[in-house]
Amino acid sequence: MSTTTVSQLDKVKTGPWNGGRSPWNLEYGKIMMWFFLVSDAFTFSAFLIYYGSQKFAQPTWIDADKVFQSIPGIADSGQPLVFVGIMTFILIMSSVTMVLAVEAGHRNSKHEVVKWMLWTILGGLMFVGCQALEWSHLHHQGFWFGSNPATGLTDPAAIAAALEPYFTKEISYTAALQFSNLFFTITGFHGFHVSIGILLNIIILSMTLNNTFERRGTYLMVEKVGLYWHFVDLVWVFVFTFFYLI
Amino acid sequence: MAHHDHISASHDAHAHGEGMDKKRIWSVFFVLLALTALEFLIALGFVHHWAILHKGPLVTTIYIILTLVKAYYIVAFFMHLKFEKSSFIVTCSIVFLFIIYFIVLMLIEGDYLLHHFQEHPLYPNK
Repeated sequence: MSTTTVSQLDKVKTGPWNGGRSPWNLEYGKIMMWFFLVSDAFTFSAFLIYYGSQKFAQPTWIDADKVFQSIPGIADSGQPLVFVGIMTFILIMSSVTMVLAVEAGHRNSKHEVVKWMLWTILGGLMFVGCQALEWSHLHHQGFWFGSNPATGLTDPAAIAAALEPYFTKEISYTAALQFSNLFFTITGFHGFHVSIGILLNIIILSMTLNNTFERRGTYLMVEKVGLYWHFVDLVWVFVFTFFYLI
Repeated sequence: MAHHDHISASHDAHAHGEGMDKKRIWSVFFVLLALTALEFLIALGFVHHWAILHKGPLVTTIYIILTLVKAYYIVAFFMHLKFEKSSFIVTCSIVFLFIIYFIVLMLIEGDYLLHHFQEHPLYPNK
C-alpha cells in the first residue's frame, strides 16, 4: 500500500497548475491589464458607493431630471436625458468600433485596424467634447467643486430660491453641495480615463501605421488597449445609471 | 520571442474558435442598444412623460438590473472574458464579492447618519 502512495507522489502531475504550461493561456501583459482594470473598478466602486451612501444619509436629494435638461446649442432646458443619451450612444458605438479593430487585428488586416482605430478615437474625442459642454453648462449654473448655485448666499429665502429649480422634494444646501462635488469628481475621473484611453488609442494607431505589429506578427497590443477602452465604457454604464437615471 | 509568438498564436486560434466575429459583435451592440433604449423608455416615457411609474425602489431596481445585464454583455463579449479559462474568470470576478459587502456596509452607514447626525437645515425650514 505504502509503495503505491509513494509512486503516486513521485508521478509528474500534468494539471494546468503543475508547471511547464500557461494555465490561463493568456499573455502576461493582458493578464496585468485585467488586474489593473479590477483595481480600477475598485476605485470607481468606492466613488459610486460613497455617492450612494451620501444619498442615503441626506433627507432629500437633487432631481437629476431638473439638473441635466439642456442640449448645448439646441435647447437650454426642458430636455432631460437627451444629451446624456447621445453621449452614451457615442461611447457604446466607440466600444463597438474598438472591438471591430481587435477583430481585424486577429486577421492581421492592418488597413481595417487603422480604419476602426480612427473611428474609436473620433468617438472618444466626441464623448470628451460632449462632457466639456455639459461641465461648462453646469459651471455657468453655479455648480462646481465645492460650490452649488446657492454658494455665497446667506439669506435662507435666497438659498431656497437659488436651489428651488433643482429639487422636487425638500431643498437642502448640503445635498446640492454633495451632489455637485461628487458629480464633478466622478465624471471628472471618468473623463480623465477617457482622455488617457484616447492617448493610448493614438499610440496604438501610430504603432499600427509604423508596421510595429506587422513585424511582431501579432496585434495583441490592440486587444490590451481595447480592454481598457471597454472598461471606460463599462464605468460609464454605471455612472449613467446612478447619476442620470436614479 | 519565439515562445511569445507561440502563446499569442495559440491564443488567436482559441479566439477564432469561439470568439467574436463581426456578426456577433453587432448582435451584442444591438443588445446594448436595446437595453439602453429600454432605460430611456422607462425614464422619459413611463416616469417623466406619462407618469405611469414613479421614481422609487421599483424603478431603481429595474435600472440596476438593466445596468448589470449591460455590464455583463460588455465584460463577457466585448472584453472577451466569457471565452477565457474558467479559473481566470473566477480570479477576475470573485473579488467583487467584497464590493457587494462594501455596498451593504456603506448604505447601512448612510442610513444611520441620516437618523443620527442630520443637523444641517433644510430650506425652507418647515
